[in-house]
Amino acid sequence: MEKENNNSSRRNFLKLGALGGIALAGTAIASAVTDESTKATGKKVKVLTADGKLVEIDSSLVDHHAANDDYSKEEIRQGIEGKKFIRVIDLGKCANERKCITGCQKAHNILAPVEYIKVKKMQNSPLESPYWFPTMCYHCDNPPCTKVCPVDATFKRSDGIVAMDYDRCIGCKFCIAACPYSARTFNFGRPEQVKFSEEHKNDTSDPNHCSTPYAQEGTVAKCDFCTDRSAQGLLPACVVECPNGAIYHGDELEDVVTNGEDTVRLKKLLADRAGYRQFEELGTKPRVYYLPPVKRDFPFEDATEAQNTKE
Amino acid sequence: MSENINKHETFTQAEYMVMKDDLLRPIEKVGKAGKIWIAFLVAVLLAGVVAYIIQETKSKYVTTSLRDYTMWGIYISNFLFMVAIGLVGVLMSAILKLTNFEWYRPLSRIAEVIAIGAIMFGGISIVVAMGRPDRLLNLLLHGRIQSPIIWDVIGITTDLTACIILLFIPLIPSLVTCKNHLKNLPKWQLKMYNMLSFGWQGTPEQWQILKKTMKTLTALVIPLGVLICTITAWLFATTLRAEWDSTNFGAYFVSNAFLLSVAVMTFATFVFRKAYNLEKYLTEMHFDKLGQAMVLMALIHGYFNINEYLIPAYKMSGLHENTLLNLFVGKEAGFYWSVVIFGIIVPFLLPLFPKMRKPLPLFIISIVVLIAGWFRLYLIVIPGLLHPYLPIQDVPASWTHYFPSAVEMTVVAATFAGVLLVVTLFSRYFPIISVWEVAEGELEGKEEIFNYK
Repeated sequence: MEKENNNSSRRNFLKLGALGGIALAGTAIASAVTDESTKATGKKVKVLTADGKLVEIDSSLVDHHAANDDYSKEEIRQGIEGKKFIRVIDLGKCANERKCITGCQKAHNILAPVEYIKVKKMQNSPLESPYWFPTMCYHCDNPPCTKVCPVDATFKRSDGIVAMDYDRCIGCKFCIAACPYSARTFNFGRPEQVKFSEEHKNDTSDPNHCSTPYAQEGTVAKCDFCTDRSAQGLLPACVVECPNGAIYHGDELEDVVTNGEDTVRLKKLLADRAGYRQFEELGTKPRVYYLPPVKRDFPFEDATEAQNTKE
Repeated sequence: MSENINKHETFTQAEYMVMKDDLLRPIEKVGKAGKIWIAFLVAVLLAGVVAYIIQETKSKYVTTSLRDYTMWGIYISNFLFMVAIGLVGVLMSAILKLTNFEWYRPLSRIAEVIAIGAIMFGGISIVVAMGRPDRLLNLLLHGRIQSPIIWDVIGITTDLTACIILLFIPLIPSLVTCKNHLKNLPKWQLKMYNMLSFGWQGTPEQWQILKKTMKTLTALVIPLGVLICTITAWLFATTLRAEWDSTNFGAYFVSNAFLLSVAVMTFATFVFRKAYNLEKYLTEMHFDKLGQAMVLMALIHGYFNINEYLIPAYKMSGLHENTLLNLFVGKEAGFYWSVVIFGIIVPFLLPLFPKMRKPLPLFIISIVVLIAGWFRLYLIVIPGLLHPYLPIQDVPASWTHYFPSAVEMTVVAATFAGVLLVVTLFSRYFPIISVWEVAEGELEGKEEIFNYK
């Protein structure tokens, strides 16, 4: 008897749930419909439709994201669909003008001596000539850093980016030890940096501003391929700032990379110019390729003084 | 056989009373020196707590010497040292016990207490090194079993628990002895003995359960101890850095831990022998045996050391060149060779001579070995970090070298004080030498122990 009662009450509950669900769905549809029909701004914007037509529609129909919108935790973990970011650096074009470094620091509101992108003087053997070597997080396809993270605070996204969840990082620094490219830096809470971050929290004035979250004190930070700019189809700060167009950024699936001026076929570029990856033998499968420093645009000048002398 | 019977006959109830008096005396009264020692340790520990609070409330960039390249400083190398010392419980208690080396008896509890203290403060060292200790819980909420850090968390907590149980179970009969024998103690202390002994009667059945549990746990802590040493080595060996990328690393760490275990056992045996007048129980024979063990362990460690350094050095591949040359002939050479001489050659060579296996010489050797052992682990962590594949260029001077700050040194000193405090306080409230285990050793006919309560 009691069992039946239980059953019937359960059935009633389910009915109620179903009704409630329909009601909710109804209001959702209604609100969606009414939303669409209200508040036309009269301002027209051009958008590209899925089938490749350029159409002009009312601006109210386009969802706007403010430049400094905080990324939600889910958003930072998901890759941008249909993208596979990739980078090619032409070593023949790098003259160590450090514009990529300062541009990156400005875009991410970080201060020297912390550099997400570094330019190193390399010389493989005494008889070979030295060259400038820009290096950053290679967003490896077999990343040693994400493997060792105990809390999944650094992870590989579907679009190839190795990203950080600064809200979860416990600061064990194991990823720093694991990265063979020394690409990661740690926020030790350098007073100048803390002050600067506080003052420039909402500063989005830099045209190359990157709105992915800051590394909090006690967490690990690194190059994020300017995740939000990449998502909007904009080029990362270092690519924009490079005066010589040494850094090509693009999409492997599209087979296209660009330095802002020239847009070239990725595979053809790598094939024609003997592209290679740094320390291929480590098996990390970097997503950053290098073109050997042949046919240089500039002679190598070693007179560059040390920049980061201030503690 | 007749010898055994003689031995049995010579150990009487009267002698047992003397033994109890001797072994329980440290609990009865704490001398002036003992009080000063405890006060000193508490002071150092508190200084460490203050230093840690300073580190956490102020910027770590200012309070520590940690930088991007040397982001693991002496906190981590000290953690390695603590884990290595923690193997003393395995070597000096479990292995000797299971292989029936009778001289383990007065040493086993000392070894276990040191092991517990060291593993505890090893764990604390890791938390101290964390950038965000406030997010410690994330290890449980978001833990990934793929990460060696999670292996370490699981290994250390399991090993610590097993060690504490293994320390506690043979302690139960000793607690009853304390309760019955020491009448002049404060009431709460007697009450504590009574509560912790869980109504131990000493019936043959209880003894049987006790022995059986002990045997199982003893067998269990051996793989656990070896495991946490190995996992700690894997924290390094799972990275791609040339100087740590070694299949030899686990064995290298374990052999190092065994050598340091012998050294720390020698150190503690000597100190307890002097401080508590236990010459009758911690005899010259023990030092003789410890000296022999030290030779063996130094040989084994030397063997793995050759595998770890000389074989890569023979090839001198481009990847290893950087860090190996630095250790052999570069900036760190003086450091490296001192560690080899004092950490391997001295403990191998000197105790070969019987004169060096006397208490005082072996005590001095053990101190030398412990200091060299601490720096050996330092030399694994720091130069390794300072020699990455890509050259370190254009960074502030403080990023290119490492010397621990006052805060870091105080915290590390406090972890040592912490271990010593755990051992000291334990020896002041519980018999640091297991009375019944020693009596049992005297008796040989093991069943007789039931008569000696």
